[in-house]
Amino acid sequence: MKSDLISLYTILHKEVTRFLRIWTQTLLPSAITMTLYFIIFGRFIGSRINDIQGFSYINFIAPGLIMMAVITNSYSNVVSSFFGSKFQRNIEEILVSPTPTWVIIVGYAVGGVLRGLIVGLLVTLVSLFFTKLVIYNIILVILFVFLTSLVFSLAGLLNGIFAKSFDDVSIVPTFVLTPLTYLGGIFYSLSVLPPVWQFISQFNPILYMVNGFRYGFLGFSDISVTLGLSFLVGFVVILFWLNWYFIEKGVGLRT
Amino acid sequence: MKALSIHKLEKTYRNGVVALKGISMDVEEGDFFGLLGPNGAGKTTTIGILTGLVTKTGGTAQVFGKDIDKEFEEAKRLVGIVPQEMNFNIFEKVIDIVLDQAGYYGIPRDIALSRAEKYLKQLGLWEKRTVTSRTLSGGMKRRLMIARGLIHHPKLLILDEPTAGVDVELRRSMWDFLVDLNKSGTTIILTTHYLEEAEQLCKRIAIINKGEIIENTTKKQLLSQLNRESYVLDLLHGINNVPEILGVTITKIDESTLEVQFPSGKSITALFKELERHGIIIKSMRTKTNRLEELFLDLVEDKK
Repeated sequence: MKSDLISLYTILHKEVTRFLRIWTQTLLPSAITMTLYFIIFGRFIGSRINDIQGFSYINFIAPGLIMMAVITNSYSNVVSSFFGSKFQRNIEEILVSPTPTWVIIVGYAVGGVLRGLIVGLLVTLVSLFFTKLVIYNIILVILFVFLTSLVFSLAGLLNGIFAKSFDDVSIVPTFVLTPLTYLGGIFYSLSVLPPVWQFISQFNPILYMVNGFRYGFLGFSDISVTLGLSFLVGFVVILFWLNWYFIEKGVGLRT
Repeated sequence: MKALSIHKLEKTYRNGVVALKGISMDVEEGDFFGLLGPNGAGKTTTIGILTGLVTKTGGTAQVFGKDIDKEFEEAKRLVGIVPQEMNFNIFEKVIDIVLDQAGYYGIPRDIALSRAEKYLKQLGLWEKRTVTSRTLSGGMKRRLMIARGLIHHPKLLILDEPTAGVDVELRRSMWDFLVDLNKSGTTIILTTHYLEEAEQLCKRIAIINKGEIIENTTKKQLLSQLNRESYVLDLLHGINNVPEILGVTITKIDESTLEVQFPSGKSITALFKELERHGIIIKSMRTKTNRLEELFLDLVEDKK
């Protein structure tokens, strides 16, 4: 067990060192993008939009913007790092060692979570320049941000396992993640949508993450927070198992 | 004890290519074992199976008695691998590559640091420890992979073409290092294209061709199968016509150089006398190729 923990620490240390070394590519872009979102949607456009559920528009979108940064960074950190290791073949350093599969998954996933949380914190700090954040329930804020980050780190790992080219690394974030995030209730309340879109939106998992996180800040949500938490735990379990299964089978890793 | 025991090992890739057709072989503890074969013979596939990079489709393999199906993690701790292709992160520092590998084997940092210093110094890389690995020369990269492969003190070290593309001087120093390592108790399996390398280093040699072991014996026995000798003769004076001598094949390379081939056991003094009778005076003599290479080509050709 001690050996496994040293192995886990090694992967984690390598991951954190990697994203800190290239911080201009990993930490800075989201902070800048979100600053623009706060300026444009929060100040310029938001000032002309009515309050939502008693909160100013900038207050309403702030939790969603933080969550958006967490989601994209957690996902892209793991998928790019894992695929990069496959591409350079240095993943073989781990595969030839006695490192168990669960250590590989936890090491890469926690690396993604840490980047997601650091970027989330940076965006939160940026938001303080534009609005005064209130926190309704800190436990829920932490639970939702941690579990969401973990879900997308695990999803990124799964993408990394199957990816065979750099195109495969960008397809999911571009064509799946970005649309789901934008349609996940970051910029609007579910109640403004026509009933049919309200129904369709319920199948978007990001809606539950954004609303649960927003509930932690503002104390209101379009969906059941308990249901959101249950989904997140369910996703973590399923994605962990899928990663474990495919790594054990050697999919994308062994010939 | 057997360092490695392979029994009817098979590998058929998804595209239908049969890489291994049920090979069996044993490597004794302390051996310096050569696994030779042409490109695509199955050498790297065999190594890949033993290190967990290739999934076998049949057979069994044991490393120091640890079955790779049942106790793979324990078996992996006993094996060190120096792969054919560079497979480290080119953006990482030399020292970090070695220390991280130690970490994957669960070796505490302080122990890993002292081992890294030892091997990087022995392999002439200590001064380069803080540079990123992409700045290293080809030979240095190969030595880095040896240091990395040794960091967990494996009982069995597998080197897949370790001196490919390495200059002669460096190759010799790597040979010395490997011989010392073997003397200190590490069992070594070496695949190589340089048959001179196998002839210099290995005690036992297996030849693999098209997924089958076609020879597996001691180097001494293998070389005793060689039934002819080849030499290149530099002549004191140039000649126009090549003499005909019974039982000897003589080929003119240029005006003052001949290649002669004759059966093992035939007196070379008698050959010299015959040549002198034809007015040919030998200035100097050298072997054309190493002996193992001739035998290797014969064996592989026979199986075609």
